[in-house]
Amino acid sequence: MENATQHSDPHYDQEASKLGMWLFIFTELLLFGGLFLVYSIYRFLNPEAFRLAGEELNLTIGAINTVILLVSSMTIAMSTSALQKKNKGLTIFLLEVTIMLALIFLINKYFEWGVKFDHGIWPGSQHLINDMSKGEILFFGLYFVMTGLHALHIIVGMIIIIVALNKVQKGTVHADRPSLLENAGLYWHLVDLIWIFLFPLFYLIH
Amino acid sequence: MEKEKHHIVPYKVYFYILIALITLTFMSIGITKINLGGYSVLGAMIFSTIKSVLVLTWFMHLKFDQPLIRFMVGFVALLFFAITFITFLDYYFR
Repeated sequence: MENATQHSDPHYDQEASKLGMWLFIFTELLLFGGLFLVYSIYRFLNPEAFRLAGEELNLTIGAINTVILLVSSMTIAMSTSALQKKNKGLTIFLLEVTIMLALIFLINKYFEWGVKFDHGIWPGSQHLINDMSKGEILFFGLYFVMTGLHALHIIVGMIIIIVALNKVQKGTVHADRPSLLENAGLYWHLVDLIWIFLFPLFYLIH
Repeated sequence: MEKEKHHIVPYKVYFYILIALITLTFMSIGITKINLGGYSVLGAMIFSTIKSVLVLTWFMHLKFDQPLIRFMVGFVALLFFAITFITFLDYYFR
């Protein structure tokens, strides 16, 4: 009887929902893990070509994007605290900031890739095939696939955060039912986690 | 009970973690600027590992979650290192 008054919805299980999200995160980690392994092996086999190709990348944009992602991770983490403290206005504000930071990250990425395209570097480009060594072709192939897949995760993360934001606004996600926002947060931190390893591996080769 | 299980992390804790993460980022940029040969990759990877532990523990709330999730994260990390180690053994002794 007591339980019936405490829980408004018997189908809601916060722990199970969290566990499910973590299982999904593990599949994502191993997906990127496989790509990191491919990268490590090819770098081990072509150290000089990877160093040479890595110098083409813009360290400043990479560092700025790292800081942007770290700050956005903090804002979404803060938004879950704000939701638990029943501060709806602050929750929404922090989520909006997170979405804005994600957008800035993508805009930087657009310019970064744009510069590469201007230099004739994209997967299968004539410049890449004719003038570069096998190791450099591998480096840029991995660079576009891995940062591209990561950017795709940023876009998906933004959509999930927008959905969570709408539900917070409507009041269906609240302090007693925070799973959607918490899982959106977990997904966003995963995106951050992957970038923490992408950044030094591609931008910090010397 | 429910309240105890659901720990609310103060905003300032998240801010301190962010400062630590940004500091570590610039330290990893710094260490690769110094010419350490093969060790600079190792250095950068150590910084990244510390950063990922901070993100997992605080941002992803592993510190406050049930031990099962921590155990599973550790298992997945171990699995990945095992796969990497075995693959490198193969390539190294070819």
